[in-house]
Amino acid sequence: MTFTLTHFSAAVVFALFTSIVFGITQKNTTREQIRYGAYCFAMFVGGVFVAGWAMWLIRR
Amino acid sequence: MAKATSEKTASPEYPLTTTAVIAPIVGWIIPGAGHIYLKRYVRGILLLISVFAMFFIGLGMNGRIYKPNGGDILDILGFVGDVGAGGLYFLARIMDWGNAMAANAAADYGKTFIIVAGLLNFIAAADAHHIALGKKP
Repeated sequence: MTFTLTHFSAAVVFALFTSIVFGITQKNTTREQIRYGAYCFAMFVGGVFVAGWAMWLIRR
Repeated sequence: MAKATSEKTASPEYPLTTTAVIAPIVGWIIPGAGHIYLKRYVRGILLLISVFAMFFIGLGMNGRIYKPNGGDILDILGFVGDVGAGGLYFLARIMDWGNAMAANAAADYGKTFIIVAGLLNFIAAADAHHIALGKKP
């Protein structure tokens, strides 16, 4: 089975699963794990937007 | 004083147990299984889903599986990352998956997904070791 993800969807899928593992492995309590996982996800996706706009500015 | 010091040296704070050795090995071979073995079922299942999803999405994007005799240093590093997925890596080698050469950006992403799945599984196995030692609840 072969499929193609767009750049953005690949980044979001990557961010989702990586954040889950980071949250579980880096914090102790369930509450901390959820908060840290959400923080990592936001940073990953936020980084995608920042990088995207930076590239748009460079291209101008 | 000397006696207290020798007692402290004799009994480490987190003694190495059989469980602390078995859990990371099981977790490496089957992602998430180390946590399930330690009765952290929800964490184990979430880790299993995450690593499996990353690995198979990577394969679905025509990601390449590195072999141990790559020669190039980057190929060796790629192999180290890939082999972190444990049983999934060996399954992929047995089934001859991931032989496509990266010809487009998606395949390059796929290769990265597979490597990161392995690296995340290394972290998960280390976490299982810490739980078994009692360093983490």
